[in-house]
Parts: sequence; structure tokens; C-alpha cells
Amino acid sequence: MTIIEEAFVPSPRDGEDNGGPLLEVRDLHVEFRTREGVVRAVNGVNYSVSAGETLAVLGESGSGKSVTAQAIMGILDMPPATIPQGEILFRGQDMLKMSAEERRKIRGRRIAMIFQDALSSLNPVLSVGYQLGEMFRVHQGLSKKDAKAKAIELMDRVKIPAAAARISDYPHQFSGGMRQRIMIAMALALEPDLIIADEPTTALDVTVQAQVMDLLAELQREYNMGLILITHDLGVVADVADKIAVMYAGRIVERAPVHELYKRPAHPYTRGLLDSIPRLDQKGQELYAIKGLPPNLLHVPDGCAFNPRCPRAEDVCRTEVPALLGITAQDGTELVGRASACHFRKETIDG
Amino acid sequence: MADPGKIEEPQDAAAPNVSEVEVVDAHSESEAVAAIEAPVERGEPILQVRNLVKHFPLTLGILFKRQVGAVKAVDGISFDLYQGETLGIVGESGCGKSTVAKLLMNLERATAGEIFYKGQDITKLSGRAMKAVRRNIQMVFQDPYTSLNPRMTVGDIIGEPFDIHPEVAPKGDRRRKVQELLDVVGLNPEYINRYPHQFSGGQRQRIGIARGLALNPEVIICDEPVSALDVSVQAQVINLMERLQDEFNLSYIFIAHDLSIVRHISDRVGVMYLGKMAEIGTDEQIYDHPTHPYTQALLSAVPVPDPDAREHRERIILTGDVPSPANPPSGCRFRTRCWKAQDKCAEETPLLAVPQRFQGVDTPAAHESACHFAEEKDVVHAA
Repeated sequence: MTIIEEAFVPSPRDGEDNGGPLLEVRDLHVEFRTREGVVRAVNGVNYSVSAGETLAVLGESGSGKSVTAQAIMGILDMPPATIPQGEILFRGQDMLKMSAEERRKIRGRRIAMIFQDALSSLNPVLSVGYQLGEMFRVHQGLSKKDAKAKAIELMDRVKIPAAAARISDYPHQFSGGMRQRIMIAMALALEPDLIIADEPTTALDVTVQAQVMDLLAELQREYNMGLILITHDLGVVADVADKIAVMYAGRIVERAPVHELYKRPAHPYTRGLLDSIPRLDQKGQELYAIKGLPPNLLHVPDGCAFNPRCPRAEDVCRTEVPALLGITAQDGTELVGRASACHFRKETIDG
Repeated sequence: MADPGKIEEPQDAAAPNVSEVEVVDAHSESEAVAAIEAPVERGEPILQVRNLVKHFPLTLGILFKRQVGAVKAVDGISFDLYQGETLGIVGESGCGKSTVAKLLMNLERATAGEIFYKGQDITKLSGRAMKAVRRNIQMVFQDPYTSLNPRMTVGDIIGEPFDIHPEVAPKGDRRRKVQELLDVVGLNPEYINRYPHQFSGGQRQRIGIARGLALNPEVIICDEPVSALDVSVQAQVINLMERLQDEFNLSYIFIAHDLSIVRHISDRVGVMYLGKMAEIGTDEQIYDHPTHPYTQALLSAVPVPDPDAREHRERIILTGDVPSPANPPSGCRFRTRCWKAQDKCAEETPLLAVPQRFQGVDTPAAHESACHFAEEKDVVHAA
């Protein structure tokens, strides 16, 4: 075990640490050109993650949370996708201006991604040992034998029992939780600075979800990694996130530190989501439900995209797109790390 | 298979959850149909499941298939469903909860055991009587994307049950009936000629519910009805289902893995693990006073949407995965992942009964739990 620990001590990353955030997304736009028209999946998203920090991106399907992540990783299919505008700064360098070769060096080595569905993300005809070892063979030029040894270390690291015996097993021979561990091992292989986890536990049962989230949090602490957790589960977010960005129809509608968001949401959408969680004292009563449906991205409503479903909507909401602005408390002080894209952000936060 | 009568006795003795079955002896088909059509008073058992077993054979060879084992998907469970109530069934994937749903619908033949619908064993019915039962027990499926035929219009989908049971709606009346149903589930009745792809997930689930309601059933079995939906839409569908329950006097069996939704909608909750019922009781008994270690672990693993709780919440993290139902552990099936397991657990299968220490005591912990070392532990409120 000692050897493994040594091999995994994160290399000191000073020298390149410029004090700023690890990753910063600035005014990112992503569009898909389809036959029906232009779908604006991401519409000016801003967020940042520092080392050791967990940012949770919360949103429903179609809110653009996964597309943003794919744009960061550089795995969007272009075409049909285009990025007309925006910057993705990794340690201060804009990845969108880099050559394909430079981006390849970052992908996997510095930023890694964990996908939702482990079974379809792993190659069914190759053994997991081969797929894990591929990271070392391709990126570090290790021999097959060394890569295999490293793969066993990795599997041990993510607590897969009897790693050495299971190294030549195929993905279908593992359970869902174990497959997700293999995905995590693969993402960790090159000790990246940042991990993007796209719904990493959605397909898992709660008891296994708890195991996997625990493992992820432990590894993050150990390597001081940044983590972007994409999810729609308000429970998971409350458990692990430091700060939260809530997305709706391609925009961030609210940004807040985790405790603040649950205590005092500043956007009607966030409030609606929190209110629709079944609570003990509401047994037998109707659940609060956000009326209507998430918008079709081909026909996003004018003004605030949430206005047709919003209980607070007024005329200004139907004409003017609210900007994501900071919030001041009642005594006039700025609330740190908070922002909301609602014309009535003050009224919402004060109830 | 074991003689079902033999197992039943000890369980019945200590099990208030499982009431006496009043078997209706129907000598002819029309008597059976009459019994099925008879109304049931609120609070009386409508569906009684006794020692239900479903084993799927594992075979080897192509021409001369030898049975080499069996996947014990459901292995002897008993419960009652009362008229007008909602019974929630929770458990991890592979615990057999969906197989139970299929057995109740008689879509799968039970290997052993009985399912009494108003005193008639539906596993033995056929012909007209079976058809009458089928009309009264309907199902809402998990995935609204694959459970609706993409080539049929909404009107055809919801109206199709009337082809099989024309007595419910005479031919000329069907269109009006379908539009009524659409209205009931909160869809625009003018959408009758649209196709499923023109609807969103939540709307499709409403179509699935309308189809389930078409024949005025008494029992609806919901297999994960909201898990495929967006969070903001889930609450809408749950509210709709609760409203319909009051309006049409329905009994629900609500199968799901989302424990907070199950608690919200259910009157009683059963927790399944590897084909067996681990614990069953009212929602308060299960959530606030769980006595089975598996229930405690399951409840503690649910992420709570309250960031303040994360520092001081006690969590029981189970190790390992659910064992294969083809080769379940001896004795208590949960023992391989249980922190309380002792030798006794490997040797003796714990029966689903009120634990001895709680018997005769008036406490919410006195509900049925299949554990030798049942102990109350409040994991939801633990601070």
C-alpha cells in the first residue's frame, strides 16, 4: 500500500498557481444549428471553480448544464454545435483559442470527466484493465505491463475489492456501483486538477450513491481537486457542494453558497424547486408544484425565460431579460457570492 | 416449492398486517365475476398477497434445457392492500419490487403463493373472471417514453382498453369518454388526435394515467411513475395522483425508490430486500421508528436537502453490493452487508413479525420487521 500512496501523492502545483480560480467560464454561448432553427442551449454562462472547491450546477434536463460541461471538456460535436461567443479560462488561459493539440494535453490530464451512464461510457469489448491502462499508455507512454500495474493500483484506490483478480474482467461483469468506481478511477488516473462529474450517481441506488459520493469527496480532499458536480438532485447538492449555480433554459438564474441557497433562495425557480420537495409536515396536503413545463429551447419565452411559470411575474418580466446581479441585504451590504437573475430578487429573498 | 399453507401459519399468528383471507368459493364463472364486481368498504382489504414466490429458472443447453438454478426474484412475501389506501413499496434495484407489480397484474405466473382480490385467488382464475379482475387492476408504468405506442394517437391509446371491455363505454360514446379522461388528468381534450411525441414527459405520464383510469379500476399499480420526470414536474404528477385517488376512490400500490416521495403519498410502506419484505408498517413507523438495519441504512443514505444537516448527520454507509438473487445468502439475506450480523443470522431466516421485545408494548416500533436483532433507531432525525 505504501508504494501506492507514494505514487499518488499529488505533485506540488505551485509555480503555476496564479492565485486565481482554476477554471473560469465567461459569458459562454453554445448554439445548435438544427433543421427547425437555432437552439441556444447555453446563453451567457459565467462560473468559476477554485482548487479544492465543489461547484454544483443544478438544473433540469434541457437547462444547458451538461452542454456547458461538454464545452469545457471540448467534446461537443461541432457542427452542429457552435460557440459563437465566450471564454473558458483554465488557469488564466483561454481554452477556446488553443490548438487541438494543446487542448488534448489538458483533456484527461488536467481536466477529467465522469459520465452518468457508466455502462455506455465504457467499451464493452475491452477489459477494464485495458481501458484504465490506456490512460497511462497514451498520455505517459508506459509499457503494457507498467500500465497494467498502474491500473491495478487505481482500482485499489477506488476500493474495488480484489482489484488484481478483476483487472481482466469486462464492464458487464461489474455492478453499477463498481462501474461508476471504474469511471472515477479513469478520471483520476492522471491526477487532474479539475473533475467534472455529470450526474455521477443518478443511475445508482441510494445506498450505492452514498458510497460513490463519499469516495469522490474523499479523493477530492486528498488531491485538492476542483469539482464541478452536475445534478438535478437537491439532496446530493446539499451534501457535498460549496457553492451552487442554478441553471434554467441556458442561463444561470441564481448563484449562491450552499447554506445560503437553501435558507433564502433569491430566484422564484429555486424557491419553487425547494418548495416542491415533500416535507414531513406537509403530509396529506398538496405538494407545491411549479406550474407548466420547462420551455422548448427553440421558442424560449421573451424576457425572463421563467416568466410563464413564475408566480411573481409582472409585465417587466415578459419584456426584459433580467441580468444576473448581486444581491444586497436589507441593511445595504452586499451578500458575498450571491447573485440572482430576477427583476424581483430582493422581494424574493426577503420572502 | 414449499407448501404455501405451511409457511403461512407462523406468519399469520404474529402478523396484524396480514389479515384473515375470506376466500370466496365461486362455483361458477358468473359467481366469481359477481364477487369481483362487488364493492368493498373503505378500510377493508381489497388485495391480499400470501407467500408469493416467483423464481425465474436458469437453464443450460439449447435443446434439452436443464434447470441449473433459479433467480429468486420474489421469495415469499405477504401483505394486504386496503381499500382507499396507498401502499408504498421501496427497495433497491433488483429487490423484486417490479416483479411483484407484474405478478399482481398477472402478467407473470407466480411460482407459488396466492393473490386474493376480494377473496378470489387471481393466480388460479381464467376466462371471464380473469378478465373482470384485469379490468379492476390497472398499471401505470415508469417510462412514459416507451410505454406509449408512437404510432397511435392519444385517443387510440386511451380508448384501446374499451375495445377489450366494450361494456364500459359503448362504441358511440368512446370519443367523449376519452376526452373526459384527458380533462380529468389535466390535458386539453382537443389533443385527442395528437401523437405521443408531441407531448413532454410529464404530459405523457398523464396520458399513461388516463389510460390506467379508462376502465374505472379499483386498484392502480404504479411502478416508479415519476422517476423518469423532471423534478419540477414530479410534484405535479404526484398531486394529480392524489387528487384522482380521492375522486375515484382508488387504492394504490406505489413502487418507487425515492423515499421522500413514497413517504409523502403512502399510508403504509413496505421495504423489500432481495425478494423478501424486510419491514412493513405505517409511514410513521417505518420512517421515524425503523427497526430493521436495512431500512435504517436506506433512510440514512438518502441525501437530505438541507446543507446544515451534513456535518452532524449520522450516516450508515453499507459496504458492497446487493448479492445475486440467483444465489442469495443463507438465513437473513441482508447479513452479508449488515453490521449487526451474527452466527444466528446465517442459520435462521428471520420471519416478518413484530419483534419479540416490542410485542405487547404500545410503541410505534412495534411493527413487523424481519430481523433477529431488531432495534429502534431514528436515523432521519438523528442529530
